[in-house]
Amino acid sequence: MGHPKQESTVPSLESDKPQGAQGEGEAASHRFDDLAAETLWDYAPAPETVSVPVADRQGLFIDGDFCPSDGKEFFPSINPANEEVLSEIAAATQADVDRAVQAARKALPGWAALPGHERAKYLFRLARRLQERAREFAVLETLDGGKPIKESRDVDIPEAAKHFFYHAGWADKLDYAFPGRQVRPVGVCAQIIPWNFPLLMAAWKLAPALACGNTVVLKPAETTSLTALRLAEILQEIELPPGVVNILTGGGETGAALAAHPKVDKLAFTGSTEVGKKLAQSAAGTGKSLTLELGGKSPNIIFEDASLDQAVEGVIQGIYFNQGHVCCAGSRLFVQEGILPEVLGKLEWRLKSLRVGDPMDKNTDVGAINNREQWQRIQDYLQQGRSEGAVLHQVGDSSLPDRGFWCQPSFFTGVQPSHVVAREEIFGPVLAVMSFRTPEEALQRANNTPYGLAAGIWTDKGSKIFEMAGRLQAGVVWCNTYNRFDASSPFGGFKESGFGREGGLQGLRAYVKLQ
Amino acid sequence: MVAMRQRTVDRVAVDQRALSFTRRSIKREAKQTGLKLALSMVDLTTLEGKDSPEKVRALCRKAICPAENYPEFPSVAAVCVYPSMVPVAVEALAGHPVRVASVATAFPSGQAPLAIRLAEVEQAVADGAAEIDMVISRGRFLAGDEKNLMSEIQEVKQACGPAHLKVILETGELETYDRVRCASDLAIEAGADFIKTSTGKVVPAATMGVTLVMLEAVRDYFLVTGKKIGVKPAGGIRTAKQALHYLVMVKETLGDSWLNPELFRFGASSLANDLLMQLVKQMKGKYMAGYDFSEA
Repeated sequence: MGHPKQESTVPSLESDKPQGAQGEGEAASHRFDDLAAETLWDYAPAPETVSVPVADRQGLFIDGDFCPSDGKEFFPSINPANEEVLSEIAAATQADVDRAVQAARKALPGWAALPGHERAKYLFRLARRLQERAREFAVLETLDGGKPIKESRDVDIPEAAKHFFYHAGWADKLDYAFPGRQVRPVGVCAQIIPWNFPLLMAAWKLAPALACGNTVVLKPAETTSLTALRLAEILQEIELPPGVVNILTGGGETGAALAAHPKVDKLAFTGSTEVGKKLAQSAAGTGKSLTLELGGKSPNIIFEDASLDQAVEGVIQGIYFNQGHVCCAGSRLFVQEGILPEVLGKLEWRLKSLRVGDPMDKNTDVGAINNREQWQRIQDYLQQGRSEGAVLHQVGDSSLPDRGFWCQPSFFTGVQPSHVVAREEIFGPVLAVMSFRTPEEALQRANNTPYGLAAGIWTDKGSKIFEMAGRLQAGVVWCNTYNRFDASSPFGGFKESGFGREGGLQGLRAYVKLQ
Repeated sequence: MVAMRQRTVDRVAVDQRALSFTRRSIKREAKQTGLKLALSMVDLTTLEGKDSPEKVRALCRKAICPAENYPEFPSVAAVCVYPSMVPVAVEALAGHPVRVASVATAFPSGQAPLAIRLAEVEQAVADGAAEIDMVISRGRFLAGDEKNLMSEIQEVKQACGPAHLKVILETGELETYDRVRCASDLAIEAGADFIKTSTGKVVPAATMGVTLVMLEAVRDYFLVTGKKIGVKPAGGIRTAKQALHYLVMVKETLGDSWLNPELFRFGASSLANDLLMQLVKQMKGKYMAGYDFSEA
């Protein structure tokens, strides 16, 4: 089954672009098309050649062993780049959840009583083993999730390893992290993670939990279970005590059953705000502690004194990285009025050199949309944006593969703050461009959202950075850069983007009880 | 004159972007084509006090036919010599498409009175140089005298007559990307046909980052005026792999229409032989020894 071809009615930038920047009379006559006239030299296909065998059926990982699910239900895990079924994944049942939580509970006293430096050894070993098998994990992540191999190879897997390394360092230093307090683990943690960075999110969740002496039941997202299950192989290799980490695959029902389980002490969730709200309701009054890392509609603000080419590059990375499946994606762009035409021109030009296609090709910049449901959601937003009167721009090469889920990197101009595409999280490669006149206006419009995960400021002026950063309601504010992460730097949201922090000293707080 | 906005450049982000071009995977046909393209863009250069007519003649032969056993490989773009060697090079290259380029204007420091520098340019052109590589007065530019930079380039351009003018910014002495961008904009506006990074006598010479800043200046100028200016990184580019990284950067910053010797050059002496080595490896599947390719 292919997807409908892109409509050809997408207007070019020509039609609504103000004519040239100020004082540049003839600008409109020299379009970027002149530059990209014909392709003289193109990159030959450079596919990643390692083949990673995947079993036809996957089990669950409970109490240190791979085991079949109690139920008989399986669902397919699909390669979104060609819609081929990679494997059948077990849908864990209530009974599976009970078994996993029991295993975690049983393992808790022993794991919590281990001296910190002993727990650290396991985490170090885990990190090292992950590095050794990095290429295999990168290929698997790309197969299962559709993200470019370049990203899984250079970002997802190395960052995951870094997270384990970093938290291994904390395991025997918790007394120094919380001076003067007695540090105890929270207990059994239920962790539910999203499909945009499957292994990396598993690392974000597992590393601090394990370092602090907790045991875990982890549920990867329905569409991306494979790397989490392969991580279980590593857990066996490093001889992590049985039950310390249990992995259950499944959809929303499995997640709900896990979240609602009475023997769970802590619930950590990364995903949509919609699901997050439900989980918060189910946890209310149960005594479970809860951290949520939810959606975002993060603003990027470019001032006229910014280094424009670098700002545009940052915007591109901010919204098209991982097909826009990033909770902190810079999906709203505010450009100071005087430089709007120039920024749009540069954005358009840069988009033409983005390479969309086979995620397994080392030169691919933008891969496949993770799953059909998400693809449909993005298409609906594109349609809605147009019907509300915004102008859609898709300027890249429009030839996309016939099979698989694809979306051309897109941006909207003529967007009003009330438009749905300016308010709701699209979670795809779609940018809403708006302009502003004064810093105060930029601030007001940037903060005018239910979300508050991240923000970007682009200016050459230091004082403006501090002024803006202090008043933007966002968990992370990046200045003259975007999507920068580090295991030592806390990440999390304001408002409906959730609460609790992950990473750094602050991230440990959610996984300890202080006495 | 076109009013250009004063640009600022973020060094960290430029270097990061420049690094991203080195991550492209260039294999098979793409590599073969890229290597040939790079060879055709080389300005074979010798700029030493001990240069002899014999060495210049050897360089010219190398320029026409980089590898005698492989006549299918393209000639390089030009031979770049001191003004005193221009007549020798013109004679050696007579009847061939390879151009004679001459450094001038008291290369490499530029520390001579303007009249003398202009006379040097006129002499080199009169002797048959088709391209002039001038150096700018970095001292006065760094002191804030941007007007002087404009006027001296304009005068040199006039002295060049029909010859193409390459303006060497000597980016290693300008230090900041902001200054590189400013000098690029001024040189382009003053009439440069090419902007060139370095003399090769100052470290650091060409880097990916500095070249990217210059490519961006060229692109912005094109978008305003429709005129295409060339770019020449010089010094420090020794390997075929580096050359391919630069081609990737040109392709993704300016587009394919800049991928020809009229608009992009490499100022280098040892690059040509590494390109040949890799080209032959592509064809034969094995490396030749260094001595299989002639020195020049």
